Amino acid sequence: MSIVLAIFLGLVILVLAAVAIYHKNLKVAIIATGVVGLFASVLFLLLAAPDVAMTEASIGSGLSTIIFFYVLNKIRQSND
Amino acid sequence: MTQYFTLEFIAMFIGFMLLIIGVWGMLTQKNLIKIVIGFSLFTTGLNIAIVSIAYIKNSTAPILDKAVDRASAGNLVADPIPQALVLTSIVIGLGVTALMLTYVLRMYKEKKSLDINSYTDLKW
Amino acid sequence: MIKKGLILLVLVGFVAIISSLLINFKGSEELNPLARHYAEHGAAEVGAANLVSAVVVTYRGFDTLGEVTILFLAAAIVGFFLKVNTRDNEREASLRKTSEILITASTLLIPTIFMLGVYIFMNGHLTPGGGFQGGAVIATGMVLMIMAKPNVKFNHKLLAFLESVSGVGFVVIGVLGVLLAAGFLDNRILPLGNFGSLLSAGAIPIIYVLIGLKVGSELTNILDSLKETQNEK
Repeated sequence: MSIVLAIFLGLVILVLAAVAIYHKNLKVAIIATGVVGLFASVLFLLLAAPDVAMTEASIGSGLSTIIFFYVLNKIRQSND
Repeated sequence: MTQYFTLEFIAMFIGFMLLIIGVWGMLTQKNLIKIVIGFSLFTTGLNIAIVSIAYIKNSTAPILDKAVDRASAGNLVADPIPQALVLTSIVIGLGVTALMLTYVLRMYKEKKSLDINSYTDLKW
Repeated sequence: MIKKGLILLVLVGFVAIISSLLINFKGSEELNPLARHYAEHGAAEVGAANLVSAVVVTYRGFDTLGEVTILFLAAAIVGFFLKVNTRDNEREASLRKTSEILITASTLLIPTIFMLGVYIFMNGHLTPGGGFQGGAVIATGMVLMIMAKPNVKFNHKLLAFLESVSGVGFVVIGVLGVLLAAGFLDNRILPLGNFGSLLSAGAIPIIYVLIGLKVGSELTNILDSLKETQNEK
């Protein structure tokens, strides 16, 4: 059962990573990076590591996306 | 062949594929922010690969509570040492990503361009 | 053309190394001897129920000192590069007023988020959690406060004071471990107590409180420096 879940998570993670690299719109790419972090957190829980899952969910998926959006807003703001 | 369908092999495979996608993105993209996105994916993939080493078959989390009694903890819990390493690594990855984005901001303020081919000051 | 060839060469090299690692990988059936020692004797020696906390703070405490140093360095460099001279009178008038739902919900949610963060790092030795996770949750609460009230001003002196006191306190407890017990960051300088209660595991709760405050104030500093650049003309 957990193997099926891990294969499903793996497919979703790899598809979203390809979207994050190749999509033209930068906002979509940044959100795809955040969702990769979220699914990685679920994979950590399957691998019997709840400490690491909590850290990845709060730092890798929450704060990292916020910092990316601050920088993107500043660049777009001084563009027009 | 049956050794390739265990949970830890699949997780390590996912981690290494994410690492290769991240490195590919860092090497081929022109936009500065896409390069930093590639770096963030690279770090996440490496962390998944390291945690997959720590998994023992049919084990549970390394916390001693009612489900795991202290006497037989050696047979039931997963390996706690790579998990401690990955805890440190995730926080350091955030610090380095914040630093790279600060450099992107300053570079953009100098030349007003997000294309990496326009920063030719260091080329001879 | 040469650049594409070189990129392909680097990627082929990566794939070769990684596939040679993957083919010989075999999952283990039981713990290796070092991890078995930590699992069986960790509760008696350290007194913490969370084995990962015991490894991070006590058995491998020197690596935690290195991590705290790297975070401090990153926050200092970000604050140095993004220094801005704000004249924020003209900016305040042009910001759109935030919606009523956000303001009302944030007055209810922000104290709860802070309390959750403090709970996570105070119970770091009993349940999954610890200083780094609690600090990140507190910084996320600060982000909600920034979004609800865009012209909130953080007291920089208080944040700098908290950060430096926590850092110095962490090193002082480490040195006390060298003087009074067996090594750097040994937690037996305080009595071990009952296994599983809140005031157990020696000095680990104190170390986690200091790490949680330090990480929370550092991440808030980074976010505040990034927010101040939005106001710059």
